[in-house]
Amino acid sequence: MADLILTPNFDSADDFYAQLLASHEGLGKDESDALNARLILVLANHIGDAEVLSQALKTATLPGD
Amino acid sequence: MEPFGKTLWPSPARDTEFRAKAPGREPMNKIFETPLYAYDRSPDQDTATPVRHKVIVVGAGPVGLSAAIDLAQQGVEVVVLDDNDKVSFGSRAICFSQRTLDIADRLGCGKPMAESGVQWEAGKVFFDDRKVYEFDLLPEKGFANPAFVNLQQYHLENILVDRVRALQAEGAPIEIRGRNKVEAIGTHDDHVKLEVETPEGPYNVEADWLIACDGAHSPTRRMLGLDFDGRVFEDNFLIADVVMEADFPTERWFWFDPPFNRGQSALLHKQPDNVWRIDLQLGWDIDKEREKRPENVIPRLKAMLGEDVVFELEWVSIYTFQCRRMERFRYGRVLFAGDSAHQVSPFGARGANSGIQDTDNLCWKLKLVIDGQAPELLLDSYSRERVQAADENIQNSTRSTDFITPKSEMSRLMRDAVLDLSEHYEFARPLVNSGRLSTPCTYEGSSLSSADALSGPDLTCPGAACPDAPLGDEFLLSKLAGKFTLLTIDADAPDRIEEDGVEATRLALSIKDDLTLELKRRYLGDATSAVYLIRPDQHVAARRDNFEENAFRQAMRRATGKE
Ligand SMILES: Cc1cc2nc3c(=O)[nH]c(=O)nc-3n(C[C@H](O)[C@H](O)[C@H](O)COP(=O)(O)OP(=O)(O)OC[C@H]3O[C@@H](n4cnc5c(N)ncnc54)[C@H](O)[C@@H]3O)c2cc1C
Repeated sequence: MADLILTPNFDSADDFYAQLLASHEGLGKDESDALNARLILVLANHIGDAEVLSQALKTATLPGD
Repeated sequence: MEPFGKTLWPSPARDTEFRAKAPGREPMNKIFETPLYAYDRSPDQDTATPVRHKVIVVGAGPVGLSAAIDLAQQGVEVVVLDDNDKVSFGSRAICFSQRTLDIADRLGCGKPMAESGVQWEAGKVFFDDRKVYEFDLLPEKGFANPAFVNLQQYHLENILVDRVRALQAEGAPIEIRGRNKVEAIGTHDDHVKLEVETPEGPYNVEADWLIACDGAHSPTRRMLGLDFDGRVFEDNFLIADVVMEADFPTERWFWFDPPFNRGQSALLHKQPDNVWRIDLQLGWDIDKEREKRPENVIPRLKAMLGEDVVFELEWVSIYTFQCRRMERFRYGRVLFAGDSAHQVSPFGARGANSGIQDTDNLCWKLKLVIDGQAPELLLDSYSRERVQAADENIQNSTRSTDFITPKSEMSRLMRDAVLDLSEHYEFARPLVNSGRLSTPCTYEGSSLSSADALSGPDLTCPGAACPDAPLGDEFLLSKLAGKFTLLTIDADAPDRIEEDGVEATRLALSIKDDLTLELKRRYLGDATSAVYLIRPDQHVAARRDNFEENAFRQAMRRATGKE
């Protein structure tokens, strides 16, 4: 059973972050929301593993939320 | 599911429904108008003390009729009471699953169903003004019956009533009494007493056992003061059956947010006799009276089907749908089956299909209890197993409904993201949920099952409904009908074993009997031999790689509620 990686794992954190912001540039709130939603689905399918996905969903809910 | 408002479904006096006259379609009109089981005075109405029957079934819908046929075929005396005298009319069930057809085969009705039903395998999904993808279900081969057929509920009921008549002609102990309305119920430890209203006044009658198949509004449930909790979907659906000579392909078409029904969904599906089922989601805040008027319905349908398509309205109704079930399906001598016990939204066609599976689970158990071959306790397993199935069905149709009618801004956002992606990428298509078609429940953890002792396929683990498999020109399921079977595949076993009055007979097979190797794939997997104990409802009770007498005797005791 795979574990969700919670230590730094990006090839290049700053580059990814810049790309993420760039892909939202010029979009209205609705379009940005839709892009984020599609991104979640694309990434979730790539992961596939049900256990990892459920850990990810739990992790996204911050302690105290 | 239930129609909107207070109207009692299927009372013909619904105000939420109209039926347009379809000229030149007289043969079809006759089905609704001919009393199939007209009122006829029964000798029971003239006795000083109430007559006691073995089993009374309340309700001659698809579920009540299936239960009665099943019991009568096993020689159990049964009387069906219905407050109506005709098949149900209007837009009701159309999609019947393979499991239902397998059960119908056992009830002697599978052939006419498969022959008159429409088979379909392909579909299209539309989002906004575009087709996002097409699918072909490419059904697996090696089953006697198709994955599902579309057939109007009134045709099914007609076929079931024909079967009742055929059984009567053979002298089977079965009777349907039309215009016999159950008005009051008295429950006792060892029987049930009913007060029945007829056109010639009331009479009393008794039964050792009562099966309540009296539909979503179940008067039996109400008279016994039993709960029926669940979730109401805040949405209205316009359900229309239209007759058209169009050459639309035999496919299921589903629209999310189409231009002709903005912000809502729509479904088009073919039935026999050139009748098409159309579901249009209407939203919550609508004027129902207005929506169902032909002058409002017809423009919507034209926008959907195309301006040039010529069609006639057969039925139009407005429904809201519900998901709920009773806490238990057995209360002493009263057993609930079908819509009286559970309701689901129609996405996934689980209403009548699951109700017929209820009777499949119940009738062999009731027969054993009536014959004194099993303790009454066995009937509690009916409740447990079918509650499990109802929960599975409710979960599936709730998920479909949540996808089709998103309840929050975020769920709509995710839904639309799935649909947009599905147009371009295959990966997103399994997330598109416009209804997951009914498949039989595996009774996981059932007290009737023995621990799995075969490293075989999951498909046929204890609790599962046996999948069919080809055997040359024949099929497996037709050989597993209505009794305990010891299925051996390349294994030895006695021709029959009897345990405490219950018999299991052997069906000896070899993987060589099926050159397509489906038998091996579905029943052996990596194992080289197997022995299965199969219940009369074709669910697996136990399995291991060889015949070990003590283990199988114990399995038979478990499967009949004695362990
Ligand atoms: C639009 C729509 C689409 C559907 N599509 C599907 C589908 O594709 N597939 C599917 O499997 N299901 C579908 N369903 C569900 C299906 O119609 C029901 O699940 C099914 O009819 C339930 O059968 P039943 O025998 O339990 O109850 P019912 O068919 O409701 O029958 C109950 C019977 O009890 C009788 N009765 C009631 N009260 C009394 C009384 N006091 N005394 C005597 N008799 C009484 C009634 O006259 C009636 O004949 C659909 C339903 C709707 C509305």
